[in-house]
Amino acid sequence: MSSVKDWAAPNPITENRGGLIGKGVDRYEGRLKVTGSAPYAYEVEAPSRPAIGYMATASIAKGRITRIDTSAAEASPGVLLVWSHLNAPAQAPRGTRANPRSQRPSNPALASDRIENFGQTVAFVVADTFENARAAANLIEIEYAAEQGVVDFVASFDQADQPPGEEDVHIGDFPAAFAAAPVTVDETYESPVQNHVQMEPCATTAWWDGDKVTVHTSIQMVKGGQHALAETLAIPSDHVHLLTRYIGGGFGGKGQAYDDLILSALAARALGQPVKLAYTRQQMFHGTIHRPAVSMRVRLGAQPDGRLTAFAVEAITHCARNAIFTEHAANFSRNLYAAPNRLTGHRLVKMDLPGAGPMRAPGEAPGMLSLECAMDELAEKLGLDPIELRIRNEPDVDPETGKPFSVRQLVQCMRDGAARFGWERRNPKPGQVRDGRWLVGMGMAAAIRGNFLLPAKAGVRIDADGTITLRQGMTDIGTGTYTILAQITAETMGVPMEQVKVEMGDSNFPPAPGSGGQFGAATAGSAAYEAGMNLRKALTELAVGDPNSPLYGGPAEYVTFENGNIAIENRSETLAALVARAAPEGVYVEGSISPAADARDYSQHTYGAHFAEVGVDTVTGEVRMRKMFGVFAAGRILNAKTARSQITGGMIWGVGTALTESNVVDARYGSFINQDMAGYLVPAHADIVDLDAIFLDEADDKANPMGIKGVGELGICGAGAAVANAIYNATGVRLRDYPMTPEKVLEGMLAVGL
Amino acid sequence: MRPFTYERAPDALSAVKAVAENPGAKFLAGGTNLLDLMKLDIERPTHLVDVGRLPFAGVEEVNGGLRIGGAMVNSKLAAHPRVRELYPVLVRALVSGASGQLRNKATTAGNLLQRTRCAYFYDTTKPCNKRQPGSGCSALEGVHGAHDAIFGASKACIATHPSDMAVALTALGASVETLTPTGASRTLAVQDLHRLPGDTPQVETDLAPGELITAVLVPPPPEGGQVYRKVRGRASYAHGIASVAVAGGRVAFGAVAHKPWRAAHTEDALSSGASPAEAAEAELSKADRNDHNALKITLVGRLAAAAIEESKTRRVA
Ligand SMILES: Cc1cc2nc3c(=O)[nH]c(=O)nc-3n(C[C@H](O)[C@H](O)[C@H](O)COP(=O)(O)OP(=O)(O)OC[C@H]3O[C@@H](n4cnc5c(N)ncnc54)[C@H](O)[C@@H]3O)c2cc1C
Ligand code: SF4
Repeated sequence: MSSVKDWAAPNPITENRGGLIGKGVDRYEGRLKVTGSAPYAYEVEAPSRPAIGYMATASIAKGRITRIDTSAAEASPGVLLVWSHLNAPAQAPRGTRANPRSQRPSNPALASDRIENFGQTVAFVVADTFENARAAANLIEIEYAAEQGVVDFVASFDQADQPPGEEDVHIGDFPAAFAAAPVTVDETYESPVQNHVQMEPCATTAWWDGDKVTVHTSIQMVKGGQHALAETLAIPSDHVHLLTRYIGGGFGGKGQAYDDLILSALAARALGQPVKLAYTRQQMFHGTIHRPAVSMRVRLGAQPDGRLTAFAVEAITHCARNAIFTEHAANFSRNLYAAPNRLTGHRLVKMDLPGAGPMRAPGEAPGMLSLECAMDELAEKLGLDPIELRIRNEPDVDPETGKPFSVRQLVQCMRDGAARFGWERRNPKPGQVRDGRWLVGMGMAAAIRGNFLLPAKAGVRIDADGTITLRQGMTDIGTGTYTILAQITAETMGVPMEQVKVEMGDSNFPPAPGSGGQFGAATAGSAAYEAGMNLRKALTELAVGDPNSPLYGGPAEYVTFENGNIAIENRSETLAALVARAAPEGVYVEGSISPAADARDYSQHTYGAHFAEVGVDTVTGEVRMRKMFGVFAAGRILNAKTARSQITGGMIWGVGTALTESNVVDARYGSFINQDMAGYLVPAHADIVDLDAIFLDEADDKANPMGIKGVGELGICGAGAAVANAIYNATGVRLRDYPMTPEKVLEGMLAVGL
Repeated sequence: MRPFTYERAPDALSAVKAVAENPGAKFLAGGTNLLDLMKLDIERPTHLVDVGRLPFAGVEEVNGGLRIGGAMVNSKLAAHPRVRELYPVLVRALVSGASGQLRNKATTAGNLLQRTRCAYFYDTTKPCNKRQPGSGCSALEGVHGAHDAIFGASKACIATHPSDMAVALTALGASVETLTPTGASRTLAVQDLHRLPGDTPQVETDLAPGELITAVLVPPPPEGGQVYRKVRGRASYAHGIASVAVAGGRVAFGAVAHKPWRAAHTEDALSSGASPAEAAEAELSKADRNDHNALKITLVGRLAAAAIEESKTRRVA
């Protein structure tokens, strides 16, 4: 296994002779997307006209179906098939794996009469048109024997347990240190259920050819989807060809297979014709996962000079009874600030709600909403600037593990950000700045998010016309993966971007783990880089071994790749000429990456600092953003444009987190109150005014050969807390319950006499 | 969506007749509300009569005021030079509603007749007297949104009317002109168009079956400034938690009742010299107070006082 030292050698990416690395190259697939010609899963052309599916869903949270009558639906115009648990095809039992190497187990639909959550699929109709399928589904009569489920999170804290296999982390003696600390903060912060509300709902188009199925679906993990479908249908995984070329947003919500994938494949087999199936917008809220609510207690004990002596972050969260998932809202705090006495941990309530699961920056996104406000509260108690407080608690080594940091520019992010944002304009005394009917305030927060590298492969081929095609079972969920892979490949091979093609989202391609946890660019990109390096080697051997090449007999170590040429000093030819002559059938090689053996010896993270300026309407409590700015350090930046877009997208989500986004369970029904985007409010354009971000120069030679890190989730981490702190600075109203809606802000203002 | 038939009405009277004669028929204008509700199986018309293309899409000057066609789309109305000149409160209300795309389709009549945004009305698995008379009201003991009514609610329904435009029209003292199945036309004040829920929240207006809104008549602007203020979680594309329209001495509240709410007590107080805050309080002291809505009542009071105050600094040209 390689060592991180091996990665430190100069390479085409770090040398960046073509200047493609870091350049704000336009999106590779941008033109297709903006012209509406990128076929998403529901729009791909099937071999023949697809029939359309529609799911009927449960109206109770827990219980059993006692009667289901599908006769009217069956007799409805255009209907081809109606399934319920009574007649759905046999599938492998949930959670089983016939192949122990499958990344995902069986996930059957319509498997029994049990209802485990509101919105669970209870029947399935396929018809000639969407309208006919939906009309028929509405005719299905279902009776239930409802049972009382656990659906009220706050009322169920007494059922909270240690997540399976986890223990709290104790370092030093937190209780004693907290008791002895002269200045303390002890507050609890609440963040609500959030939904991903991707633009594109989950959808699949499926068809069979003999005993092999082709599925075009919207999923973040190619292999996970392929394996889940194969396990569910009890067929070999190489009988499933899964494609996911364009994805209209994932955010963690499409990391798993849902019923659209299973049911469309089953129905296409049963009907002998292509079938497509999409969740409706309303169905997405209960039929797919959400970010669970988190209640976070933060206790900080500090010396008068601001040094933390006691530090505790404890989170209570929830998940579905039969799908264990922990929102690790306290984890990030283990690596952020120095303090000798520490306590961090999680408690989990199992509930009868739809599945909780990952959503952009699981853990950090809700977690930082607590600590980063608590630090603001502590700074005020100490009479310190919030940045200064953080600087005074900047650790030399990872505060929990004692490992050295690979690189850590958190302080630089805060200092740079403060200067560029104009932090000195902030009046530390809250409620002092007025602009017409608005109270104006500023807040900041730190950002941290782990960096990861997972094993991945990539294949690259060059054809006789010089075209270089990168193939990888990777996904682009709108993050820019196509583009950065094209840049990496072009830069590695020393060719212009136009000479490179990227094909991905196909289970037949060399596997990559997909998009999630901001590991995508580093993981997929490093594999692409390794594949490119292998292609350089193969072409070098080809050239120096070919008597017809001007490079013939030359020293392989002097070979360069630039401007589409392969060269040794002034002897050169184009890659196309070389391949056309010496390997007319083309050259294909693969490359792979896995974490370096000694990567675990470093604490590796991405960092940032958020700055927000808000106006609070003194009459109504409405909060409106005036300015938001962030500075981030996330390794070498591959594409200035897509990286900025990722980061600012995360910051915008932070605005939504702070101000509007939430779902509430109606405990009588065990269902979410918001089931569309008129009720679940994500920021609109008018909410985002002056918002920008920059990256610090950085390369992390402990991360991967290219020194890059992920940026997908960093932007949201801490963003909402900066907004919350700005609301406090504007009004003197300290809210600890997200989102900070006009009602809550007004209530707070009334309480302080505003 | 259930199967339905569709026709495009050649003229107003045939449209009225087509709907009056068929109990399953409804008018279709921009479709931005009706079609959504049909897709969700909440509205179930068997026949649609498209009135969106009838020639009622203009603005005419009438006696110093304006006559606005029922089929005129919201975006055009908001951009109309005479409307901008005479009725800034209407323009502000229009552009604060929905989104640019929706306003390009939404019509004057359709906007007035849009249905509530009560979350339980939209979720067909829940009891709702408006959607299914007699099934109960889930909102009454439900998740108390800021969207509950504070005036004129009943035990059967506490939903609010979500239109912004209607609030401005109420403050302006506008009326609707309709065509009835007999071929006669009548006018009724916008403030009298909608009903309070009572025991029949499913009956939302005083229009007869098949009665078509052909126009909205807005009288000459009153003396004094005009203001529209809307409170909402995000800066655009969200229904109001509350809104206030002020046109001279006339005041109306939005998102507080089953209809746009004319604040007559506020108006009376203003005319007898009360301060904006006192005038607002005059109406809000009459609100139906319960355990959940004190904050909303306070909010509307503050908003109304601020809007009235602001109106004093605004003058119509
Ligand atoms: C996401 C979203 C957000 C929105 N936000 C807002 C908001 O913030 N503020 C706001 O005010 N509105 C908002 N709206 C509502 C929007 O304004 C209405 O949907 C629109 O005004 C309806 O007009 P329409 O022409 O499309 O009506 P349609 O949907 O065609 O019809 C609505 C109703 O009016 C009837 N009808 C139509 N024309 C006539 C006529 N001439 N005579 C008699 N009956 C008629 C129809 O039969 C139907 O019952 C929002 C809508 C959506 C979807
Ligand atoms: S408030 Fe009205 S619309 Fe809402 S659930 Fe009750 S009856 Fe239905």
